[in-house]
Parts: sequence; C-alpha cells; structure tokens
Amino acid sequence: MFALTPLESEAILLSLRVAFWSMLISLPVAIAVAWLLARKSFYGHALVNGLVHLPLVMPPVVVGYLLLLLLGRNGALGAWLFDWFGITVAFTWRGAAVASAVMAFPLMVRAIRLSLENVDIRLESAARTLGAPPLWVFATVSLPLMLPGILTGAMLAFARGFGEFGATITFVSNIPGETRTLPIALYSLTQVPGGESGALRLLILSVIIAMLALFASEIMARRVRARMEG
Amino acid sequence: MEVNLQKRLGDFSLDVAFDMPSGGITALFGRSGSGKTTLVNMMAGLLRPDSGVLSIAGQILFDSAQGVNVKPEHRRVGYVFQEGRLFPHLSVKANLYYGRRFAPKGERYVEPGQIIELLGLNALLTRRPATLSGGEKQRVAIGRALLSEPRLLLMDEPLAALDAGRKSEIMRHIERLRDEVGVPIVYVSHSLDEVARLANHMVVLADGGVIATGSAVEIMSRPDLSPHTGRHEAGALIETRVEGHDSFGLTALAFPGGVLRVSGLDLAAGTAVRARIRARDVAIATAPPKDLSILNVFHGRIAEMIPSGTAAMDLQLDVGVKLWARITARSAHELGLAPGKEIYALVKSVAIDRHSLGLAEPPNRD
Repeated sequence: MFALTPLESEAILLSLRVAFWSMLISLPVAIAVAWLLARKSFYGHALVNGLVHLPLVMPPVVVGYLLLLLLGRNGALGAWLFDWFGITVAFTWRGAAVASAVMAFPLMVRAIRLSLENVDIRLESAARTLGAPPLWVFATVSLPLMLPGILTGAMLAFARGFGEFGATITFVSNIPGETRTLPIALYSLTQVPGGESGALRLLILSVIIAMLALFASEIMARRVRARMEG
Repeated sequence: MEVNLQKRLGDFSLDVAFDMPSGGITALFGRSGSGKTTLVNMMAGLLRPDSGVLSIAGQILFDSAQGVNVKPEHRRVGYVFQEGRLFPHLSVKANLYYGRRFAPKGERYVEPGQIIELLGLNALLTRRPATLSGGEKQRVAIGRALLSEPRLLLMDEPLAALDAGRKSEIMRHIERLRDEVGVPIVYVSHSLDEVARLANHMVVLADGGVIATGSAVEIMSRPDLSPHTGRHEAGALIETRVEGHDSFGLTALAFPGGVLRVSGLDLAAGTAVRARIRARDVAIATAPPKDLSILNVFHGRIAEMIPSGTAAMDLQLDVGVKLWARITARSAHELGLAPGKEIYALVKSVAIDRHSLGLAEPPNRD
C-alpha cells in the first residue's frame, strides 16, 4: 500500500533531479542579476528588470514554446549547442531543468535582490578601508549577509522546479523516464480511465515532499540567523 | 600631509586646504553639518572629491590634475566609524584580523597581541558583535582598523554613541594608542572636552571651510573662535606638569603662571597634563583676595577686553600664560577694568574636572 510503484519513484526522482539542477544552474546567474539590479544604475535597467520578471507574468505554455523555438534542435541556440557541444536540450530531462530554471528565475532574483538591498552598504565600505578588494568584500561580507535571502530564493526555485508543468510539457513533452516529472505523471493519470487512485497517491506524495522542503529551509534559515545573533 | 579638496553635494559645498603634522592626533573640529564627515570620507577614498590634492605620508592619494585617485583598499588609511560597523557574521577575532592579510608584510609595525592587550579585547575574542556593549564595539573597531596596518587612522566621532563613563574609558585607550603605537590620527569631533584631552593639532571647520588651524593649545585659547567652539565652552588650554599631591586629595599642577590645584589625579610627579580652564569658571579680583575658599589665585594683567553677547565681557588675562575670563559687563564697569590693569584671576579647583584634563605627550614621527 505504502510502497512506491516503479512509475511513482521514477517520477519523483526525476522531479527531484530536475528541481535540483534547475536551482543549481540558476543560482549564480540570479545572484549576478540581483546584484546588477540592486547595486548598479545603467542604461536599460528597467528593460533587464522586465525581462527577468517576464516568466512570472507570461503563460507558462508561451515560455515553453519560446524555449522550444530557441533551444529546439533547429532553434538558434539549440542548433549551436548541438553542433559545438553535442548537447540536446529539447525533449530531455536537461530541457525540463532549463524550463524550470527559467520559470523560477524571477522568484529567485526577487528574494536575493531583497536580501542584498538589506545588506548595509556601509559594511562594504568599511571592508574596503581595511584593504579588501571589491570581489573579496562581496564574498566575505555581502554574500554571507545575503545568505537568508539566498536560501529562500533557492527553496522557492526548488519548489517551483519540482512542480513546474506548463513550460516543461510544452518544451520537453511527456516522455516516461526522461521528462515525465511528478506533475506531468499526475496529469497523465487523470487523463486515463481508472487513474484516479494513482493520481491521489501522487498528490499526497507531492504534498509531503513540499512540506519537507519547507521544514528543511526553515531550519537552515534559523541556523543562519542564530549564527549572526551570536 | 597635505589636504586640499573641493566637493559639491547638493546645496553644500566643501572647500578646504590645510597641512597636517604627520604625528600625534589632529582634531577636525566643527558643528554637525560643517563637513567633517564628508572630509574624512574623501580622505578614506569613500567619496570622490570634485578637485584637489590629497597626500599622506609622502604618497599622493588623490590629484585631480593628474587623474590620480587611489582606491580605498590601496590607501592604507584606517577608519573607525561612528557606528563601529563591525561585521555581524564574524567573531570579534575574525573582525580584528579581517584586514591584516592585505597589509604588506614588509611594512608592518603593529603587533596584534599588543593591540588586543592594549584595548583589553582578550576576553571578547570569541564573541559576536551583537553581544557586545557600545564601548566594547568601539574598542574592537579601533583594533580592527589598527591591525590592517594603516599609515593614518581616521576616527569619525568614535565616542558619539557612548555614555559618559564609556567615553572616558575609550579616551584612555586612544591616549595610549597615541603615545604607544604612534600612528597619526585624524580625530573628528564636535566635543571640546574630547579635543582638549586628546588632540595636539586642530583644524576648525565651519560651513564647509577651514576657519582656523594650528596647535590645539593655541586654537582653543582663541575667543574669536568661540562662536564655532561653543560660547559656553570658551576658555584656555594650558600645558602643566604634575608637581605633587597633598594630604587633602588635591594634585598640584605647575605652569608658568603658578600652581593650579585640582582634584586628585593618579599620576606620577613630572607627568605632562593639559588643563582646560573655561572662561566662565574664572572670576576677577582687583586686590589680593583674603578669607576665600578659592585656592587658585593667579596674579597678572588684563591684555584685552572683548564684549561677548549683550551683558558679558571676555577678558584675556596674562598671568604668565594666557587665560580667559568671562564676567558680566556690569562687574567690569564697577571694578573699573581696562586693558593693562593689574588683576587676580580666581579659578575654583572643582571647576577643573576629569574631562578637562588630558595627558599630553605625543610622540613625533616627523
């Protein structure tokens, strides 16, 4: 009764893998973009800000189709990736990770940007007067102080990646064992007669996993706070 | 050290030029809004001047004509901020050593152990800044700046956020730094007590310009600066030496005008001490006073009389050194006071409190 069927464990492991990699690849980019938006004023600031937020306001299907056009085997970027590196993104689990990363990107940037804006810029100038070059200051002062926001952003991105559906199914379709993540598996079950009980099991599983992720991030955030308050 | 800097910030414009001795403590004195913090931020490289030249210890840090603007991390100018600015995520020890790795090995003169000892930080090393008191935070901030081996140490009102007890504690530490470590210090303050106790040299700022610059003793004894130094604070700063202690708990301080008796100081005979005598604590008699509780009576002449406000008169007295007395215009009239007249200046011992006294023996690194 409680044992997972091979289909279920396959879907869960795939979702976890997609969520983990989408979080990992977007984290450094999100930190860089958040820093750019929070600390630099440049021509086109509003445009970059708008682009970053686009996935949040666009229908996921549109994002997925856009990715297909761009990263598909015949897409501008996709063809280049295949010709030079032999990497195929469309219709693979890597594509699912990319789709999740794009969809989660605005959430991540927002959380990290907020924490960066709360970092006292005067602490950074204090570090400069002590002889530390800007990159060192960022790594040893700004980054540790942003940690709560980075954790929040990473957690949001992970959750978003775990549950991403619209962009994923449009971009990489529904291939068992390759791109059939937990939400797509759930959707498939609701489309066939007699799939209700299987769908319900997946629903309960996803609730449990989401709760676990929340707890884990809360515990980490608490530890970080405790360290700062000494 | 040469400072010649200009900067416009909205409605405020700063334009200063002065030389600074390369040893001891130079006080940047002025009211809030006079441009003190703007100036030290430019010296640290945190704010870019519009134009001018800045050189410290023979190195040009900023020169608009030659396009030189050394980055803050390459200036080796330590900065103790008003609010401490300790790194909250690091231990006291990690805070202290933060800048040390960047100090060139061949140019180190600071012994970390000695600084930690001198600032009394040994017991705090494993703590986090959030658990420190205001005075402890400031001591750590001073130590952190020193351990980065600065060639110049800037202190921007480091005592402003502290209560009176903590203030005098930190001042004791700063005095020891001045005398034992020998790093030149620029000390920003709007408190005459702090300046009188600590500074050797003084630059008075008002409205973004330099009003006066010179030795602290000379500047603090100029009444024409009292609108800037604070009317009620006007007075003279005199250099004295501890002569001895009496059985009544008083300490005798010898100076060219005689002996000044003040509440007991725990100092060895021969120690140099600076005493600030406020003009409002000095009374005048035209005959040698008898049957009087006041112990400090100095014989001399009136050098100058300057009306101060509507009903008061500032007298410059020559009693071997220059003293100032502020009396009412009515007393001056009734006593028939005039420049050249012989007088006796009376100073209450208890008026010279601990805050008015400073140890004055700066090292010279010229």
